[in-house]
Amino acid sequence: MRYALLLHYPQPAVPTVRPEEIEAGKAAFHAYAKALDDAGVLRSAEVLQQVAKATSLSLKQGTPQVQDGPFAETKEALAGIFMIEVPDLDAALAWAEQCPAARWGTVEIRPSAVRFVDGTWTGAT
Amino acid sequence: MTRDAAAEAEQLARVAYGRLLAILAARDGDIEAAEDSLADAFAQALSSWPGAGVPRNPAAWLLTVARHRRHDVRRSAVHRLTDSLDEAGASAVPALVDELDPDAIPDRRLALLFVCAHPAIDPAIRTPLMLQAVLGFDAERIGRAFAVPEATMAQRLVRAKRRIRDAGIPFAVPDRSQMPARLGPVLEAIYGAYAIDFPLVAGAAPRDSLADEAHYLAVTLTELLPEEPEALGLAGLISFSLAREPARRTGAEFVPLDEQDPGRWDPELVALGERYLRRARALGGMGRFQIEAAIQSAHCDRATSGQTDWRALRTLYAGLLSVAPTLGARVAYAATTGRVEGAEAGLAALEAIGDQAVQRFQPAWATRAHLLGEAGRTEEAARAYERAISLTTDAAARRYLERKRSRLGRSGHAREAEPGA
Repeated sequence: MRYALLLHYPQPAVPTVRPEEIEAGKAAFHAYAKALDDAGVLRSAEVLQQVAKATSLSLKQGTPQVQDGPFAETKEALAGIFMIEVPDLDAALAWAEQCPAARWGTVEIRPSAVRFVDGTWTGAT
Repeated sequence: MTRDAAAEAEQLARVAYGRLLAILAARDGDIEAAEDSLADAFAQALSSWPGAGVPRNPAAWLLTVARHRRHDVRRSAVHRLTDSLDEAGASAVPALVDELDPDAIPDRRLALLFVCAHPAIDPAIRTPLMLQAVLGFDAERIGRAFAVPEATMAQRLVRAKRRIRDAGIPFAVPDRSQMPARLGPVLEAIYGAYAIDFPLVAGAAPRDSLADEAHYLAVTLTELLPEEPEALGLAGLISFSLAREPARRTGAEFVPLDEQDPGRWDPELVALGERYLRRARALGGMGRFQIEAAIQSAHCDRATSGQTDWRALRTLYAGLLSVAPTLGARVAYAATTGRVEGAEAGLAALEAIGDQAVQRFQPAWATRAHLLGEAGRTEEAARAYERAISLTTDAAARRYLERKRSRLGRSGHAREAEPGA
């Protein structure tokens, strides 16, 4: 099954994070992605920019409403997405446990429903 | 000269930091303030020792300067300590410091350990707190070891220290009646420094292993509590585990305990573990750490006898189950049952574990796969290996399981990983 590991964590105020820490974080994420890849379970991985850099758009009012900032202000924000393919939730949990962000945030494990591949929607499994 | 003074200060920081901090903090329970004053004292040592020479009793000198610092800060309503370093230094060190007896500095670290592992302190912060208060580690180093950003770790440590101060947690060694209940968390926190739940991904960002520090803390605890069998058991357990460290992997593959080459175990650490275990046994009682040390000892016995006494091990695991029935211990018990009575009996013991959590417990699946293989149930074994592999995030362990799976049905004698190897 395909699962999205949705990484949520408090968005750090930039000045409080030292460059070495950013480097250490990058190294940890690199090792994590590499380990997923070596195990043959990684489908894609993206780490997102700070939530402050988000722009939101909606047409619910009829005309485009463009908003500077995230869709919803929350204490922890979506910060990265890892798509993995593993046999079941237990395996997904085992990998989520190793995610660097789990130590300072929350990893949401969300099964994929359908995806668009080669011109058509296919089941997640 | 400068280098001597610096080296002296550094050496002192290692051996005396926890002792000095324990004394300074005990006065009002304020670890943060004690840390500040001690840091000032070390800074002053570094600036004045190179010129004036290292005092005859450097630890007493540091303690005196730090106490004066604390006193100054308390007296000053505005805490105007920022620019007063030199001034305070000149006047604060009384001449009689040199005459103090070095051995007269009492060792209050035991009380400090009990404070760090007090029931009112969040268990997750107890180990980091000990590393900071007793060994003087900074939040950066501790954060690195626990894979937590420095700022996050610093914040958690400060919160814990304020809680100690504000809640009035006493700097005292519990009396005999309280000791059994209070010692457990201290042992757990020290063991926690050894068994940090490292992310198991291959090639993870380089982290400092705190295994040596855990060993140091455990040994220190046996010096402070020489009559506590569990403290001795813990020191023994960590000694044995450290001894086997070099043999846990060959190349990129995990090596389970019973396949390890005893020639790669450190004989001195094994001997040290034996000494602690003997002392623990002589005191009687059979606690969790003593039994775990005995289990390690039974495995290490293979270095001399050439074989493993599985019956003895099963008895030990049965004992462990009676005091600490963790999932790992229950799976290990089933695995040893498989050795003693055959694979089917081992499988039955595994099935008897009622806990739901066993379904996603990797060692249980690795053990089940092995036992099914031994029993000749090749297809079921292959499925169990499949599941074990899917739950394995460590590449070295995965390689081992994959190799075992590929040998299924060939010899039926591949050996299994013992949980806790």
